[in-house]
Amino acid sequence: MGDTLSYFRQDMLPHIWCPGCGHGTATGALVRAIDRLHLDKNKVCIVSGIGCSSRAVGYLDFDTLHTAHGRALAFATGIKLARPELKVIVMTGDGDCTAIGGNHFIHAARRNIGITTIVMNNNIYGMTSGQYSPMTPKGFFGTTAPYGNVERNFDLCELAKSAGATYVARATSYHVPLLIDLIEKALLNPGFSVVEALVQCPTYMGRKNKIGGPVEMLNWIKEGTVNVKAAAALPPEKLKDKILIGELYNKQEGEYTADYDALIARVQRKYDKFQGGLYGCASNSD
Amino acid sequence: MAEKPKVFFHIIRERYCKGCNICVAFCPKQVLVLKDGKVFPERPEACIGCKMCELRCPDFAIEVRAKGEEPVAATESGPIDFGVPPEAHHV
Ligand SMILES: Cc1ncc(C[n+]2csc(CCOP(=O)(O)OP(=O)(O)O)c2C)c(N)n1
Ligand code: SF4
Ligand code: SF4
Ligand code: SF4
Repeated sequence: MGDTLSYFRQDMLPHIWCPGCGHGTATGALVRAIDRLHLDKNKVCIVSGIGCSSRAVGYLDFDTLHTAHGRALAFATGIKLARPELKVIVMTGDGDCTAIGGNHFIHAARRNIGITTIVMNNNIYGMTSGQYSPMTPKGFFGTTAPYGNVERNFDLCELAKSAGATYVARATSYHVPLLIDLIEKALLNPGFSVVEALVQCPTYMGRKNKIGGPVEMLNWIKEGTVNVKAAAALPPEKLKDKILIGELYNKQEGEYTADYDALIARVQRKYDKFQGGLYGCASNSD
Repeated sequence: MAEKPKVFFHIIRERYCKGCNICVAFCPKQVLVLKDGKVFPERPEACIGCKMCELRCPDFAIEVRAKGEEPVAATESGPIDFGVPPEAHHV
């Protein structure tokens, strides 16, 4: 790897995240994947919503957009439609993506628009001090779940798959080489890609649930996950309550902006056949 | 001819390190320690260059290079005056 720091706005570092916060590790993994692909900095646009995780874009030396809570994918869709040649990347948190932004997530996946979404899932609302999120496991604690979360577990990768995303993967801030590989593959997928990065929030998730500090949380993440390849050979009782990591889905299908451009070209050809072209046709429409 | 074993060295950005202990705890060769709340390569000769410390560090505070491999521009890179403590900017 070249100089990692050349991808950062160094005058903004050190970053604001708590000691041992996994958001930094996930951001580092993205930068390393971009470095491996030798992407042109001026052809990459990184968009985020609101949350600790969404602060990532403020440190990255690319064209970046820090938008409204849950709306990163909506802004990113606009950017991709206007400038389909750009690599558009969304960095979002579990609250940002699955709660307030869940609707945008479903429709971005349904359209298979060429956006790479990195969901930094710390199972909690970090920025607003530890409320439970749709990704908080059942029975876990948060400031708004003082007696344990009663809601059922939710699998974002399954949602992404069934909504139509063409690349879906999951890794963690413990399994960083895997995370980098998966982000790299996601960036190469022309359609909608989702990489869920399980990360630690020692300040709220760790403290509220008495998991411990960053090191204990990484051990907790390590113990709670199994690679899909290894899982294929394991008996079901060993996979109980385990989260699968690795490449979960990969299928090529028509990308939204490419299909849209093809439609524009087709309609243009049709109207160009009229005398006076498109404008002549439009002004003679009565 | 047998390959000469690689020797690794560590680039530490002390100002970025928050002493979270992740790199120290997960180093397979116990190369690193915390000294005054900052990472310090105590046994660099034992380092196998797996780079796990570099990849897992949430603060981009440690990098590992093989000696004689890629040159590194600066230990503390960037257009920042590291002689000025960060608090000095908050008037
Ligand atoms: C419209 C709106 N509603 C609520 C908020 C308050 N708010 C800010 S961040 C946040 C949750 C962020 O959680 P997550 O996306 O999981 O990110 P994390 O901080 O955990 O990284 C909320 C609810 C807001 N900023 N805007
Ligand atoms: S509150 Fe949690 S998610 Fe936010 S910076 Fe701190 S550790 Fe990270
Ligand atoms: S992981 Fe990074 S921030 Fe944490 S102690 Fe090591 S060098 Fe410092
Ligand atoms: S490169 Fe590997 S062996 Fe060397 S200090 Fe880092 S974690 Fe330890």
